[in-house]
Amino acid sequence: MALPMPTRPVEARSPSPAHPGEILPSGVSEKLRVTGLNFFYGAAQALYDISLSVPTNHVTAFIGPSGCGKSTFLRTLNRMSETVRNTSVNGEVLLDGEDIFALDVTSLRRRVGMVFQKSNPFPKSIFENVAYGLRVNGGLSRSAIAEHVEKSLVRAALWDEVKHKLHQSAYGLSGGQQQRLCIARALAVDPEVLLLDEPCSALDPIATSKIEELLINLASSCTIVIVTHNMQQAARVSDYTGFFLLGKMVEFDRTDHIFQNPSKKETEDYVTGRFG
Amino acid sequence: MSGPATAAPRAMPRKARTPERYSGVRAFAQRRLVGDDVARALVGLAAIAIIAITVMIVVELWTNSELARHKFGWGFIMGKVWDPNADTFGVLPYAYGTIVTSVLALLIAVPIGVGAAIFLSELAPPRVSDALTFAIELLAAVPSVIYGFIGIFVLLPFLKAYIVPPLRAALGWTPLFTGPYYGPSMFSAAVVLAIMTLPFIVSVSRQVLLAVPHEQREGALALGATRWETTWKVVVPFARRGIIGSVFLALARALGETMAVTMVIGNSPQIKASLLAPGYSIAAVIANEFSEATTDLYKHALIESALVLFAVTIIFNGLARLLVAGGSRQAPAQ
Amino acid sequence: MTAEAVRVHRRKLVNNVMLGATGVCAAGIVGVLLFILAFLLIKGAASLDLNFFTQLPKPPGELGGGLANAIVGSAKILGLATLFGVPIGFLGGVYLAEYGSRGFSFAVRYTTDLLNGVPSIVIGVFAYTLIVMRAKHFSAFAGGVALGIMMIPISVRSTEEFLRAVPVGLREGALALGTPKWRMLLTVVIPAARDGILTGVMLNLARVAGETAPLLFTSLGNAFWSPGINSPTATLPETIFHYSQSADPDWNRQAWAGGFVLLMLILATNVIARVIVTRGRPKGIR
Repeated sequence: MALPMPTRPVEARSPSPAHPGEILPSGVSEKLRVTGLNFFYGAAQALYDISLSVPTNHVTAFIGPSGCGKSTFLRTLNRMSETVRNTSVNGEVLLDGEDIFALDVTSLRRRVGMVFQKSNPFPKSIFENVAYGLRVNGGLSRSAIAEHVEKSLVRAALWDEVKHKLHQSAYGLSGGQQQRLCIARALAVDPEVLLLDEPCSALDPIATSKIEELLINLASSCTIVIVTHNMQQAARVSDYTGFFLLGKMVEFDRTDHIFQNPSKKETEDYVTGRFG
Repeated sequence: MSGPATAAPRAMPRKARTPERYSGVRAFAQRRLVGDDVARALVGLAAIAIIAITVMIVVELWTNSELARHKFGWGFIMGKVWDPNADTFGVLPYAYGTIVTSVLALLIAVPIGVGAAIFLSELAPPRVSDALTFAIELLAAVPSVIYGFIGIFVLLPFLKAYIVPPLRAALGWTPLFTGPYYGPSMFSAAVVLAIMTLPFIVSVSRQVLLAVPHEQREGALALGATRWETTWKVVVPFARRGIIGSVFLALARALGETMAVTMVIGNSPQIKASLLAPGYSIAAVIANEFSEATTDLYKHALIESALVLFAVTIIFNGLARLLVAGGSRQAPAQ
Repeated sequence: MTAEAVRVHRRKLVNNVMLGATGVCAAGIVGVLLFILAFLLIKGAASLDLNFFTQLPKPPGELGGGLANAIVGSAKILGLATLFGVPIGFLGGVYLAEYGSRGFSFAVRYTTDLLNGVPSIVIGVFAYTLIVMRAKHFSAFAGGVALGIMMIPISVRSTEEFLRAVPVGLREGALALGTPKWRMLLTVVIPAARDGILTGVMLNLARVAGETAPLLFTSLGNAFWSPGINSPTATLPETIFHYSQSADPDWNRQAWAGGFVLLMLILATNVIARVIVTRGRPKGIR
């Protein structure tokens, strides 16, 4: 797939905004607003003063070489970083204006879901995997659960392939199917944001393209944030892109600007393949 | 690429994503916290219980041996006379029996056990090794009372007919093999103990040997060493600490072994030089006399014996774990 | 032959001799197992009859007795031991694997190892001073507590080991869905480790089922039925011990039968447990 062409001439750029959120056009709201985020593993700093805005119901991608901190950053957005001992964070992250560190973490994670690099279905049936989050919430009738499960599997473009074997083990699915199952599982609780950490890195090109297609379709009802080491994927899929390098966010802008008209030299060097 | 979203940020009514009863984030948070608090309390309680039980064992043994400890002091350990009728209790004959049988058992078991472990980890083809290891670990599951039982009815006659005469012929000039042999004796107990500790020595030594890094073997083999030479000159020295640790562990177990020893040792609280004479061990005397202890002093003396046994096994276990933990990591100084 | 060739030849000889010698050691040990099994099989199975399983013991001299009460007594005490020891051990294992703090975890691990090394007769003495002395009578309860304490260290260790083996990905998957930690453990991690934990319990039971020493002065023994858990109770290992000391040939015969039954049960449990662990069943479907 070629780099997407802009639908209108690339806009002239105004002087650097005070906060990256200000680059969003007026009709687009901020789903997540990050200001001055610093992250530490023990005494070692991994993220330096990150500020950006994730627009609602669009696809935002984070790119950068290995070890640059993009996965670490992603994991702070749903506070999964807290599952590792001895980490600390300061700075502000707002979800629809609410401070995520003040929210109860389990309700945060229901609103901000995550799909991991290596698919991790539970040792249960396909149905039970998708229904897991619903059961944890409780309060839904059996028919309501079945309905939600079907809807999520449809949204994850997996329903047709599994509808006849919902009660078989999830481990019988192929790698790509398992990853779509994990997406369905995450969608079942109706998150407002879906974070994906290199979801296709372990998959073949066909499975990858299926997932990319479904992400683009999902974006109309869900804010998508994807970390990828594959620049072409970011270019194919995302509306906005952030380039990370050595724990800092070097540039955050519309995807077409980043790939065709980046303002920072490091960004340009990376996207043109001068280093990787 | 999708165009800019047209909806204003929070105009869309939020669908009922979560059931209505979650009114407010805070009530929700409180409900979740209860679950995690309960879980944490339960597991913490169990952890405390484990520590508490161990402490209680020490406390109970200590307080319930008070009479004997006050009366005999350290003399208890060195006292040779154990006479309930005279209210005199000294644990030395039993300590002697315990130590002699255990040490002798290990002298027999360690060469055979380490040899078998070497075979299983280094020399045998994998399938043979797996099958034999499985069988030997099953041997570890045989209960002590059954060893003792087979000991009485099978081993004792066997020793008497086939083993003791040659031993007596060869070693009868030493004080170790003099005197009559009726069956139950320290020698018999040592043999039974040896058989019982063999699976354990094999199992732990084998694991220690398997943990030796492959590069060590490859280095030796690449120099043209035979398999045996590689094993004996490189692998075993590397695993030396761990193997010694396994010996200590086996010793600790042998010291505390009760039933099989009780059934074949002869139950005679005398310190004799000959291994063919009946003897007694600490565990055996507790097992035999505890329910018949009439006076409080008698009971306390037996409980103090248990305390002595406890202390000794703790010490040896502690030493052993230090050695086994360090055994596989350390390269030998050469 | 050259001197060099002679040396090489000798080295090869030594190699083969040692191969044989160590092989004999290993084979010898296995031979002992087979011998014990065979002996018990022959003498024990021959001594089994219906009376063994259904009759109460008869006094020495009378024929037709059995060990029915001992079998029931053992089952009762093992049940008590499991109730007492397994939950504590399991929760302790969960603590070490999933919660844990630096200092306290070390203390728990250390005491667990310590407890594991305590001779079983010392535990029996402890249960005596703790329960029997205070209640002033022997009981199945005291025996159950003694065996339960012995079950704790193994339960802790095996639970911890199997919980740690569950991949981190499963935990993260559940947490990322907004699952609280306790629920994640209960519905994802523990079920994933279920096989291992269960086999751990089986092996644990098999080990304490043969223990005699702790029962000698807790449950003591009984020639009759013992209803409830507060009276002295006959158990299979204790009865084997007792009968083996007797001069009565019929009691000896019953001891053979009892030994056979006990060993068969223990070995069968061990084999089944190991087969489950090494084969691993396909992940459960619900």
